[in-house]
Amino acid sequence: MILVVIEHEDGAPDRLSAEALTFGRTLAEATGVPLHAVAWGPDAAAISGLLASPLAEHGVAVLHVIADPRLTDYAPEAIGKGLAQLVERDRPIAVIGTGSDRSAEVMAHVGARTGLPLVTNCMEVRLGEPWQVTRQRWAGSLLEEARVDGPIRLLGVAPHALEPTVGPAGAPVTVQPFAPELTDRDLRVRITARVPAEVGRISLADARVVVGGGRGVGSAEGFAQLDELAALLGGTVGVSRVVTSAGWRPHAQQVGQTGTRIAPDLYIACGISGAIQHLVGCRSAKAILAINTDRDAPMVTRATYAVIGDLHAVLPAIIAEVRAAR
Amino acid sequence: MNVLVCVKRVPATAGKITLTPDEQEIDTRYLGFTVSPHEECAVEEAVQIVEAHGGSSTVLTLGPAGSADQLREAMAIGIDRAIHLETDGSEWSAVDTASAIIAAVRDREAVDGPFDLILLGNEAADTGEYQVGVRVAVALDRPVVSGVKGLEIRDDAFVARREAAAGGWEVYEIPRPAVVSVREGINLPRYPSVPGRLRARKKEIERVVPARADATPAKIRLRVPAEQESAVEILGEGPGAAPRVVEVLRRMGFIA
Repeated sequence: MILVVIEHEDGAPDRLSAEALTFGRTLAEATGVPLHAVAWGPDAAAISGLLASPLAEHGVAVLHVIADPRLTDYAPEAIGKGLAQLVERDRPIAVIGTGSDRSAEVMAHVGARTGLPLVTNCMEVRLGEPWQVTRQRWAGSLLEEARVDGPIRLLGVAPHALEPTVGPAGAPVTVQPFAPELTDRDLRVRITARVPAEVGRISLADARVVVGGGRGVGSAEGFAQLDELAALLGGTVGVSRVVTSAGWRPHAQQVGQTGTRIAPDLYIACGISGAIQHLVGCRSAKAILAINTDRDAPMVTRATYAVIGDLHAVLPAIIAEVRAAR
Repeated sequence: MNVLVCVKRVPATAGKITLTPDEQEIDTRYLGFTVSPHEECAVEEAVQIVEAHGGSSTVLTLGPAGSADQLREAMAIGIDRAIHLETDGSEWSAVDTASAIIAAVRDREAVDGPFDLILLGNEAADTGEYQVGVRVAVALDRPVVSGVKGLEIRDDAFVARREAAAGGWEVYEIPRPAVVSVREGINLPRYPSVPGRLRARKKEIERVVPARADATPAKIRLRVPAEQESAVEILGEGPGAAPRVVEVLRRMGFIA
C-alpha cells in the first residue's frame, strides 16, 4: 500500500493534503497497490465521519485513524511516534507527507524513530530499482535527482508543485482505527495555548496586489511612497530580505524563501534586483511589474512589465496618475 | 544556560545558479559562502540567551575546511566557542549529519554536562530537508519544536511560539533540556563589529573528524529548471511611463 498522511480543515483534506493524495494516487496506480490515508485525533469515529466521503473521491481505499483521547490538539512527538508504529506494522511501500511544516515535522519523527531516510520536497517519482525522485532544492530554484533506497520510502511532496485532482469515484472508504502505544511523556510537546491572528489586516499571502520594496528603496523613510500606492490599490507592502536585515521593515513583511510566499494578481517590485531568495517567494504572482534602474536585473527579466528608472521618481508619477484616473 | 547552535555553510547565491560540469555541485568559483538565514537567527538567539541568562554558547558545523569561516562569523557576533566536524567537502545526508551531531553532542556533554538548549535552523537553504533537528532530538530523547519564531525562557521550561498555518500563533511549553529549530524573523541578527571579528580570530575551534555510517550518496545529479524568463514588456523610462502603468492597472481591474 501507499500511505498518505493527511491534514484536514473544515471536514475535508486541506489543499496540501489534496496535492499529497494526488501524488500518492499516481504512485498507487503505477505500482498497482491500494491507496491508504492516515489522520489523527482523539476519536476515530468523529474523524472518519468527516473524512471518509471526501477521501473516497480521492481514491482512498482505507483510512487509518491514529486515535488516542490525549490527541485533542497537535502534538508532533506523539503523532510521529504513533505513525511510526503504524508504518512498522503495515510496512507500506511509501509514506507520503504533505508540503506543510507540520507534515515535515511529523515525517521527520517517523524517520528518526524508524531509522529510514526522509526525502522532502519531492515533485516526481520514477519507479525502478531503486526508486528515483526529482526533488526541489533552494525552494525550487534547483532540482535534484536522487535515489530512494529501502523497502519503505518516506517522501514529502513539494508544496504547490502539482495541481490536485480527484480520482475516479471508488468504493466507500474502510475505516481502521489505530491505537498507538503512547506514554504521557510522548505528549510533552503539544500546543498549550494559541494566539489569534490580528483581524482586519490584509495578509501578504492573500493580497490581490503587493507593492514590493528592496535595496533600491534606500531607507525606512523611503517606503512612504510604497505604502501610499499599496493603500491606493487596496493592497499591502512586501519587502526583500535586504530590507528586513537592515531593520527598515519587520520580517513579517518579507517575501521570499525564508519569508512569505505570495500569489497576488499583480506584484509591483520596486528597486528589487531579484535574488533567488526573493524570486521563489513571488513566482506565483500572476503578473509582475518591475520598477528598476537596471534593465538586466533578474527581477526585470522575469517580469511581465517593467519601467526603467528610479523608483523614487517613478512612484510619485504613478500615484498622481492613479489619483487623477479616479 | 548552555546553548549549542548548529549551522551549515551554503553558497551565497545571487540571481542565477550555475552548476559544475559534472552536475554534482553549484559552481561556487564566483560565489561567497554564508549560512542559511534561519541559522543566522539561531546564532543571534544563542548569543542573546547567554547575554540575558549567563552560561556559554557553542557553534557547531559539519563541512569542509572552509566552514571554519562560518564558525568565525558566529564567534564574531559573540558565540564563545566552536566545534568543527570537518569533512572532505562531499555532501552528507540528513541522516549522516544528524548522527555526527549526536555523537559530537554526547562527547561534549560527557565532559561539560548537558546543553540546556540545542538550536538549529528550520531547514537548510540549499537542501531543504527539514529533519536534522528532529533526528538529533529523538536520539537524545529531548523534546523538539520546529519552526519557532519566538522563544522565552521560564524556570525549567522554554515557551516557544510558531506561526499557525491559518494565521496567529501556536504556543508550546517544553521542559529543559530541549531542541528548537528556528525561523528567520525570531530576531534581527546583528552585524559583527571589528573588535568582535578580531576576538573571533583568536578563539579556538575544536576540530573533529566525524565517522560516516553510509557513504552512498542519494544525489544522482542536479539540474537547473527551465528558465522562467518572460518576454518582459518595457512600459517606458522614468516618470513618463506612469500613464502606461495606469493603463495596465485599469486593465487588471485595480482602477475602476
